[in-house]
Amino acid sequence: MTDPVLRLENIVKTFPGVRALDGVSFSVMPGEVHALMGENGAGKSTSMKVLGGIYQPDSGDIFMGEKKVTMSGPLEAKSMGIVFIHQELSLAEELSVAENIYLGELPRKSFGRVDWARLADQTNAILKKLNVSFDAKTRVGDLSIANQQMVEIARALTVDAKAVIFDEPTASLTDAEKVVLFDVIADLKADGVGIIYISHRMEEIFKITDRISILRDGQYQGTVVTADTNEEAVTQMMIGRALDLSRNATHHDLGDVALEVRGLSCGKLYQDVSFEVRRGEVVGFYGLIGAGRTEIAETLFGLRDPSSGQILLDGQEVRLHSPADAIARGISLVPEDRKGQGLILGMSCRDNMTLPQVDTLKAGPFVAERAEIDIFDQYRARLDIRTPSWKTQAGNLSGGNQQKIVIGKWLSMQPKVLIVDEPTRGIDVGSKSEIHKLLRELAAQGYAVMIISSEMPEVLHVSDRIVAMYSGRIMRTFTSDEVTEDNLIQAISGIKSGQAA
Amino acid sequence: MATMTKQQIGGILARQGILIAFAVFMIAFTFANPKFLSVDNVLSVVRSSAILGVMALGVTFVVIGGNLDLSVGSMMSFSTIVVLDLHDSIGPFLAIPAMFAMTLCLGAFIGFLVGYLRLNSLIVTLGMLSAIHGLTLTYSGGKNMDIADKEGTWFSVFGQGTALGIPVPILMFIALAAFLGIVLAKTAFGRKVYAVGGNGTAATFSGIRRARTVFLCYLLSSGCVATAGLMQASRSLGSQNTVGQGLELGVLAAVILGGASLLGGSGTIFKTVIGVLILGFIQNGLLLMGLQFYVQFVVTWVIIILAVWLDIAAKRGKLWSPLA
Repeated sequence: MTDPVLRLENIVKTFPGVRALDGVSFSVMPGEVHALMGENGAGKSTSMKVLGGIYQPDSGDIFMGEKKVTMSGPLEAKSMGIVFIHQELSLAEELSVAENIYLGELPRKSFGRVDWARLADQTNAILKKLNVSFDAKTRVGDLSIANQQMVEIARALTVDAKAVIFDEPTASLTDAEKVVLFDVIADLKADGVGIIYISHRMEEIFKITDRISILRDGQYQGTVVTADTNEEAVTQMMIGRALDLSRNATHHDLGDVALEVRGLSCGKLYQDVSFEVRRGEVVGFYGLIGAGRTEIAETLFGLRDPSSGQILLDGQEVRLHSPADAIARGISLVPEDRKGQGLILGMSCRDNMTLPQVDTLKAGPFVAERAEIDIFDQYRARLDIRTPSWKTQAGNLSGGNQQKIVIGKWLSMQPKVLIVDEPTRGIDVGSKSEIHKLLRELAAQGYAVMIISSEMPEVLHVSDRIVAMYSGRIMRTFTSDEVTEDNLIQAISGIKSGQAA
Repeated sequence: MATMTKQQIGGILARQGILIAFAVFMIAFTFANPKFLSVDNVLSVVRSSAILGVMALGVTFVVIGGNLDLSVGSMMSFSTIVVLDLHDSIGPFLAIPAMFAMTLCLGAFIGFLVGYLRLNSLIVTLGMLSAIHGLTLTYSGGKNMDIADKEGTWFSVFGQGTALGIPVPILMFIALAAFLGIVLAKTAFGRKVYAVGGNGTAATFSGIRRARTVFLCYLLSSGCVATAGLMQASRSLGSQNTVGQGLELGVLAAVILGGASLLGGSGTIFKTVIGVLILGFIQNGLLLMGLQFYVQFVVTWVIIILAVWLDIAAKRGKLWSPLA
């Protein structure tokens, strides 16, 4: 039996308050396509960052072939033949395809002049292998996202790669482009390269991978041979047994329709979206990244003008041109990027929490700091926010407590409609379940709640109804009685119900 | 642990470096020249720092809001020339509000470009530095501006008067610092300035109108510049077109020296006042040591570099961290 190209053994990595990786082990054989699966936050990207030398593990070993290695940084990983094809592209848009591919190692002539002819030849040779429609001289900024990804792949092919890691490579590819990508992967495989393939799309996983390793909450769940398993078994391993227990069964009386959206479209981002959210109801929005869910939330919060369609609050049509408009109408948004959009990290917890209402919390010409502290104390108690004091800078809290500050900030506005976008991303399991419980309580108190999440158990757990989106459209709306993991996954993968085998 | 790592020492130096350096300067100056800490000299330092100080108060808002203002020097020249000219044509009572209105228009224009058109503040205010200088020269025809009857006007009170034995410029600086300190620390507007400079995206997501906040910062800054121009005109009762030239760097040095981050979101009026005083004392100390006045231009630059470096070093936790 041959040695694996790459082997991770018992990798542990902790961050303050979170055990991100807890004994992750798997190996990739030469010529194998190895899928790494798990929900968001399961530890896939952390594992890959450890492999790429961006994070140092607390304990555990990485082996390449027989040899134990230490990755001190991305350059070292590259020199050992580990190549990453990232979901977010890292290309210089103003430079040509060839320059991007050979950046830092451009072929030279005398006096350090770039040998453009040789550069073009080398590049075109690689591009030919990839069967793409552009050439070495094309400016990268003029290419589609899919073609830019091909440039990244071409870059990977210039080094003597032993292992190539694809992170959600098909997220922005059309079907035709996927075929090309899979051909490239097949070629790499034939050359004996080990491939790690990260994706949420079951269909692809079962089409191109040889084995699947599964992570859940940072823990390694096992590795299965793709041919010997099925989607259901893999989903089970990803989600775990907590799934059935966590199904939302609370049925209380629903109130009036608080928010109604009719035929809303926003350019290419989403089209003809219609739904309603009643008081006392939690509506979950589930779909892949890029399905248009966040963009809908941003429209409802006044951050994006829709190209057509109507938004009705309590039956009245409203036009929302800014977050200030939306807030004034009683819409609150807990945004998906906690640190980038939710908080001002250098500001105190209290000031963050009361920021949307500084104009109304007045004591004469000044901000009523006493009232601010009261609001903060109220939500600190209600949400169990753990912070030494209201003066503590938000940036010094753990992820879960930061998120509670953001939630408190919007609850204190007493909104009619509360929209939460990925409310538990990157926070620990304990805070996660507290936030889930809170969302249910809010619904019971008569709030209309919209939750956007990429985590299936979360959506299943907290939602009364689930809107499944695919590529900018609503595929189906499920009640909590009719939804199953299978029909939900099918809906968000663009498979119409009844069509599946 | 009893022994500190090199990095920890570096971090402490970085955080407290300015104060330590200032203390060393003060002690060295006092030894070199005992007059340095005399009441007369201290009053004279504060008095000569007052004009720059008033400008620095306004720029503090701009910098905390995440932007720069390099136009304050030439804008101050403009205010000075305008108020001196109008003094003789329409009288001081009307000249002062007219000059304020004109200067505020300049601030509003910059605020519009940076806040509403979202142009880069460095480019906008660097351009305005030159454009306003041109405007001033056009207005004055390039000539120096002098008040005809220097003895007979009450206008000199803002620059030369005293109240309770304290020079009026110092009182104006203190009063304005106290007022703006409260505005920044206690009002909703002040809170929004911190929010917009600290994380503009999160401020938007909290319903804050960023453009308006940035606009108001520049408007406020131009109001401070107009006040400084009034003090300058009143002190000299005559002026060249270039009276404020180069002050923008001193102002910026004072603001950064006080600890406002150029990245926005942090700083206070009190700290800026400290920065103004540090700068004033250092420049004064160098003069007392017999160095040429012109040396201060070099020193100001050195102080800016030092302050920026320490600011960045404190954030990174080490003094030496070159681009990888």
